[in-house]
Amino acid sequence: MKSKLLSVPYLIWMLVFTMIPLVMIGITAFTDNSGSFSLEAFTSAFEYTNVFLKSLWIALLSTVLCLIIAYPLAYIITQMRESTQNTVVMLLMIPMWMNFLLRIYAWVLLLQSGGPLDTLLSAIGIHGNYSNNTGAVIVGMVYEYMPFMLLPIYTVMGKIDKGLIEAAQDLGSNKMMVFRKVVFPLSIPGIISGITMVFVPSASTFVVAQYLGGTDDIMIGDIIDKIFFTNNHIGAAISLVLMIFILVFLVLMNLFGDEEAIA
Amino acid sequence: MKKILAIALCVVMLGSFATMFAGCGNSGAGEVNVYNWGEYIAEGQDGLMNVIEEFEKETGIKVNYTTYETNEDLYNMLKNSNVSYDVVIPSEYMISKMIKEGMLLELNYDNIPNYKYINDRFKNLDCDPDNKYTVIYQWGVTALVYDKTKVEEAPKNWDALWDENLKGQILMFNNSRDAMAIAMQTLGIDPSNCTKDDIDKASEKLREQKPLLKKYVMDQVFTEMETSQSAIAPYYAGDIAAMMDENEDLDYCLPEYGSNLFYDAMCIPTCSKNKENAEKFINFMQKPEIAAENCKYLRYGCANDEAVKLLDDDIKNNELTLPGDEYLDKCYVFGNLDADVYEYMQEQFVKIQAE
Amino acid sequence: MKSKGILTKIYIALIMVFMYAPIAVLIFYSFNKSRSAAWGGFTFDWYLELFKSSSIMNALTNTLLIAVLASLFATILGSSAAIGISNLKGKTRMLVQNASNIPIISPDIVMGVSLMLLFTFLGVIFNFEMGFGTVLLSHICFCVPFVVLNVMPRIRRMDSSLYDAALDLGCTPFQAFYKVVLHELMPGIFSGALISFTYSLDDFVITHFTQGARFQNLSTEIYGMLRRKIPPTINALSTLLFLVIIIIMVLINIRDRRAEKNKMKL
Repeated sequence: MKSKLLSVPYLIWMLVFTMIPLVMIGITAFTDNSGSFSLEAFTSAFEYTNVFLKSLWIALLSTVLCLIIAYPLAYIITQMRESTQNTVVMLLMIPMWMNFLLRIYAWVLLLQSGGPLDTLLSAIGIHGNYSNNTGAVIVGMVYEYMPFMLLPIYTVMGKIDKGLIEAAQDLGSNKMMVFRKVVFPLSIPGIISGITMVFVPSASTFVVAQYLGGTDDIMIGDIIDKIFFTNNHIGAAISLVLMIFILVFLVLMNLFGDEEAIA
Repeated sequence: MKKILAIALCVVMLGSFATMFAGCGNSGAGEVNVYNWGEYIAEGQDGLMNVIEEFEKETGIKVNYTTYETNEDLYNMLKNSNVSYDVVIPSEYMISKMIKEGMLLELNYDNIPNYKYINDRFKNLDCDPDNKYTVIYQWGVTALVYDKTKVEEAPKNWDALWDENLKGQILMFNNSRDAMAIAMQTLGIDPSNCTKDDIDKASEKLREQKPLLKKYVMDQVFTEMETSQSAIAPYYAGDIAAMMDENEDLDYCLPEYGSNLFYDAMCIPTCSKNKENAEKFINFMQKPEIAAENCKYLRYGCANDEAVKLLDDDIKNNELTLPGDEYLDKCYVFGNLDADVYEYMQEQFVKIQAE
Repeated sequence: MKSKGILTKIYIALIMVFMYAPIAVLIFYSFNKSRSAAWGGFTFDWYLELFKSSSIMNALTNTLLIAVLASLFATILGSSAAIGISNLKGKTRMLVQNASNIPIISPDIVMGVSLMLLFTFLGVIFNFEMGFGTVLLSHICFCVPFVVLNVMPRIRRMDSSLYDAALDLGCTPFQAFYKVVLHELMPGIFSGALISFTYSLDDFVITHFTQGARFQNLSTEIYGMLRRKIPPTINALSTLLFLVIIIIMVLINIRDRRAEKNKMKL
């Protein structure tokens, strides 16, 4: 099996369906309707800077929340008996198999005024608006992407050598110290990949904010979707900026991960 | 050996391409490809006739029925995607644009005898003054729907959409043309043919409104209003009639200075490959019983005089479905905007939402 | 120590409520006679209406068909690519591997938009319209990298002398490949195919941009439904999908248990 030739179809495939499309985004972003070179699309794209920042902010909050929820959860699960572990992980994954849009729609139903949450809280005297605001968008995001945070952390924690923990205990560490000195440092790769897997999709998603957000909660994905059909040059310019931002983010996360591994 | 495998893979890939695309674009003789607005035909809902099945039964022609959400989707699809449709149903301003750009075929009205039932008001439409390309499908006006339990004083015109007391309970059109038109009317600008300057003024007005809004919506308005989650919204009058059937607390208001009269008309685009079948379909849609059935379901205005006679009194006398000549005379119709003005309008609207 | 046990139990319970409350709400509303948020009596009507809806059934068929075909093509293309790539050297190999990961790391929306640009461009030249074909190609596109990722480690672990040994023992190259290599790679190929299948089933964004006018998969059909008057059939659909998922999960679990028991016996 020394054949390099088997990679040729895939190389052609990548060229046609990955590289050329990306180049086309670049070309579309740097031209105008007449097809000549223009930076106009970028000038227009920069008018959406605030939406861009808002999307990053929402994505950041969602990622942090996912981490706060998933990290202890992963730790708790690894402390269970193995058969229980499998069951709990499976139970947590089942909702992920539901269609993405149905999961969002479920939250629309749950949070709507006159809906179950409203009825329940009104009964004990709390009145409020739970839908159509940034909070609802973040809840939706956490619901969508939390398992992406949980799984890598859980996998990494599960692989930690029990002997290492015992050794630390033998050397007189209490539970807190074992966690700080052994479990936490060893789980960092899981955290990093979890952060990547939550942050990237939540920064670039569309639809979630359309259904759960109010008038101020438009995200950059929604703008791309809206504007692309009106003026694809601006749409391409925003996509390009988003792509570059995500790449920089990934590189940074990678560097951070490597350094931690060395330390 | 591996060379052969590699070549075989390439062949499989190319082969799959060829089969994938070979079937596209050529429809057989007994078909008609209809591209209509979503939820814009009676398909057997609420115990009404399934108009499409009825057509297939009567003529043996198979209907490939697909839907779009906005005029712009339709336009982009025809312009950019190399598709073949036989009947499309754009609104008036899009029709002028499409005629101007040579995207429509002239109809042979001899094949559409039911055209004689059409009310004169809806012949020789502004967008098609010589009556060559269009047969009206449905028409309507925009109006306000509000929840009586939430809005204390019955509104008289669009100003109610800027009412501070209703903050957080107001919905607004999520479509640039209708939203801008409402803002322009409140400013006393004629929305039918606006300039970039008018658009700027209207954008300002919409910016004032944005903090008061719950959401920009299109058909989500049904759920919002029918389940009493919002107080007030502008929408198409026929749809408001349907909402009022579902929720007794709702009432409507036709703005006193008139509103937007729109009509959607059936046309045959130049990419059509089944023109005769398309004309049969258009003719069938204007058969009085069929047009009446559509009107009962949609509650939009019916331009077919014979069909109106078949309607129940409560539909016939409903101001939302058939507002009457006196009100229609006060209404304005969208004209065709220059492409750059139109694009400007759409971009401004996205910007307002993005701020 | 005991109080801590209770705390963790409460924590797990809260998370479970968070994960399942929305689904419970969907199921609850699927039996609600009234279209509004309030309870209006029990009904099965939405289920009956669901089966009558040709557009949903059509979307369901499309989704399954695309998922099967996309994972099949992606598996063939991806596995052979993985073998090819593993035979490349040093820098070229790194380059190809990194390029292969682009679809995984780039945001869905960017990929959707870029493929749409490509297909509209090619569509004008070769006179085709976006639809089933373009959606299938796009799905293969985001599935292949997952197959490559899953097969590569298996190749690295495989003893390359096995193949030569098979040849020495009189196998034809094809037999050697089929009996030895493929057998060794199977677990990786299988998990790659499974991931491809599930990603394809759930995809919305990329289909949204490459579907053209006439093609709908389940996600885009649901998106369309949510943009219009939301029909309660959507709740019935969710309930049934959830039921199917539960059944599949239980079956997988039973199979795993059996496999474990068999292992114990051995």
